Amino acid sequence: METHELEILQLVEENGRLDVSTMAKMVDRREDEVQAVLNKLEKENVIVSYAAVVDWSKVEEREGVTAMIDVKVTPQRGVGFDEVAERIYRFPEVKALYLVSGAYDLSVVIDGNTMSDIAGFVSEKLSTLESVISTTTHFRLKTYKHDGVVFEDGEDDDKRIVVSP
Amino acid sequence: MTSPSVRKKNRLSEAVQNIRPSGIRRFFDMASTMEDVISLGVGEPDFVTPWNVREASIDSMERGYTAYTANPGIIELREAIAGYLEQQFQTPYDPEKEMIVTVGASEAIDIAVRATVNPGEEVIVVEPGFVSYAPIVSLAGGKPVPLGTRKEYAFKLTKEELESVITPNTKAIMLSFPNNPTGAVMTKEDLAPLADVIEKHDLLVLSDEIYAELSYDHSHYSVAKLPGMKERTILISGFSKAYAMTGWRLGFVCAPPDITAAMLKIHQYTMMCASTPAQFGALEALKSGRDDVERMITSYKQRRNYIVKSFSEIGLSCHSPGGAFYAFPSIEDTGMTSDEFAEGLLKEEHVAVVPGNVFGEGGEGHIRCSYATSMESLETAVERMGRFLRKHAT
Repeated sequence: METHELEILQLVEENGRLDVSTMAKMVDRREDEVQAVLNKLEKENVIVSYAAVVDWSKVEEREGVTAMIDVKVTPQRGVGFDEVAERIYRFPEVKALYLVSGAYDLSVVIDGNTMSDIAGFVSEKLSTLESVISTTTHFRLKTYKHDGVVFEDGEDDDKRIVVSP
Repeated sequence: MTSPSVRKKNRLSEAVQNIRPSGIRRFFDMASTMEDVISLGVGEPDFVTPWNVREASIDSMERGYTAYTANPGIIELREAIAGYLEQQFQTPYDPEKEMIVTVGASEAIDIAVRATVNPGEEVIVVEPGFVSYAPIVSLAGGKPVPLGTRKEYAFKLTKEELESVITPNTKAIMLSFPNNPTGAVMTKEDLAPLADVIEKHDLLVLSDEIYAELSYDHSHYSVAKLPGMKERTILISGFSKAYAMTGWRLGFVCAPPDITAAMLKIHQYTMMCASTPAQFGALEALKSGRDDVERMITSYKQRRNYIVKSFSEIGLSCHSPGGAFYAFPSIEDTGMTSDEFAEGLLKEEHVAVVPGNVFGEGGEGHIRCSYATSMESLETAVERMGRFLRKHAT
């Protein structure tokens, strides 16, 4: 990948709402060139989607719970972990799914309205999958940082004096 | 109120009375009282010091490193600085005999001047330039001789201009590239002709290279690298700009052994040593690799590109600054002085910039705009400045 493409990727990863015209100035390219890079990266699914980082704990109307579930599975001949992973990530309540090394195999992040929603998902949908051997569920109590962004207010305030030499 | 026993006459030294307070102060006072000011007036990085550096400093305090260090600084730090200077800029210095860790580059400038300048001797100060040089020379009894650079030559210094101000009394020249406020840089080819003049007239060079890392189009070339220059150069730098460590007050100065020994005398009587926790933080900054520095440099470069192009779109003519984090556009077309422009912009549009005249000769007709602020602020600032320019179009 060329330097300006990498720069564009890093810029949109940090701020998906940056204008093409602003980005073009920042990387010293024409707007149509930047747009072409974005189109290409979107088409190749390098840029998978554009989203905002939301602190839902500040939204009263949404009293959701999130859990991380460690899942041990038996890999299947020929497809390894991919088939069971696919069966798990198809559930819309699954926010994220990773294959990991270590004591267990799959790390599932799941959103629900209540703890019993999540308990129901684990007992009825996840544990019943044939290749799932065991699950360990961790409920998230507080988000301090997500996707590189600290949630604490005031962390990013400019603490510099307003004019200096 | 003064009590009758305190003398009222000649309370203050002539030296201090003869220097003027910085013109930046007035804008600071004005901007501080206003809400929703977008400041392009800040002469420091908008990054917070990388966490590993802060953590190392905290750790040093937890382990009890709270006492004085050796006068020139802890040897591990001096060795790390020597390695850094050699690797990054190919300017090797002996950490034991040619280097002092100082309280910011500011102290380094002060002790460099005081160690070398006799009363009445002239020091050529490149202007526009950092506000401290001339006052520091004056306080040491020297005579600052301003040498203005011109926008026609991208605020670089030429051999002819340098020759024109040299007198038998000239002791030294203060170079500051990349430059605050112009962002000008000097390449090897730009510096080489100056070196001839400097040697011919047997001058010392005080080279403030605090913005060296923030060079965007070419890697920085130190004047000390030119043949014959190292033995007459005092190289001044520090951690403030490249490592986002302004508040730590940590700099360093490198010079030939005789000058270093002289500076060390001043340093040991006036400062003892630089802050110990800051020295441990700086050591970590140098040991921990360049990822953070490179990330910050890329970000400044992107913002430089953005602001230069945006200024030209709103009709502010601006050379592309090769270094530091300042744009220095001309506002001559508006018919306003830089003071009037900066004051009007602050009052009408709540954007703080610094008028060029505070940086000395050649600064008038320009404003200094620091782009070390968020992209969001830069976009709003450009929009407001565009409105201001349209309103005052002549």
